[in-house]
Amino acid sequence: MEITKILKDKTCTFKLEGRLDTLTSPQLEDALKEVPEDAEQLVLDLKDLEYVSSAGLRVFLNAQKNMAGKGEMILRNVNDEIMDVLEMTGFTQILTIEKE
Amino acid sequence: MTQAMEYRSTDPEKACIVEREFEAVDEQLHDVLGFLEEELEKHGAGRKQMMALSLAMEEAFVNVAHYAYEGMEPGKAWVSLSFYDDQLTITLKDTGIPFDPMANEDPDITMSAEQRKIGGLGIFMIKKSTDSCSYERKDGYNILKMNKAIR
Repeated sequence: MEITKILKDKTCTFKLEGRLDTLTSPQLEDALKEVPEDAEQLVLDLKDLEYVSSAGLRVFLNAQKNMAGKGEMILRNVNDEIMDVLEMTGFTQILTIEKE
Repeated sequence: MTQAMEYRSTDPEKACIVEREFEAVDEQLHDVLGFLEEELEKHGAGRKQMMALSLAMEEAFVNVAHYAYEGMEPGKAWVSLSFYDDQLTITLKDTGIPFDPMANEDPDITMSAEQRKIGGLGIFMIKKSTDSCSYERKDGYNILKMNKAIR
């Protein structure tokens, strides 16, 4: 999986490319440790994300919890395949999602 | 890749069955998914079906890798794919601790982010992304079968 970090003002964006699964989700977990303390918005751009399993959802959920109180987390450019998984697990109810 | 055995039946009157043996460890996940996806492509599976089946396969395999041989030497997992018409049955076997994932209680997916627990989500995803699943313990094996139409 490729992760690109873009920092602009108080918004920290990570573009994810490839597959977010049991083996690659620790990469995202590590990357998210670099979100600045004063960031008010965390954006995960999923345009080029092909696949997500429960291991990836776990990282999304923790990121959401970490941002609670200081700002928001947005899943951006969510494609149909990823949307199916988010719907299946009820994550559409608890995460802020912007479809592609 | 660990590939102690591969059996392939291609008699058109019968199901086409392929079976492989893997070490039951996370590191084998991409080999397991590669095996599944290659076969799905050969059988002309749809894109959505492929995604759903990969998901079920990952959750089931990782579950075995994490828990089946807990406190023991890492063991094996056997993946068999049986194609018949547009139906696929994935069978995952291990000789670990008896565990019926189908008896696992579904997580409450209506809870808020703060209350959400992630445990049990993988098994729930197996159920949701297949048409049917079954479990049996037989001759010292945990046998999980997952069925889905591939087109």
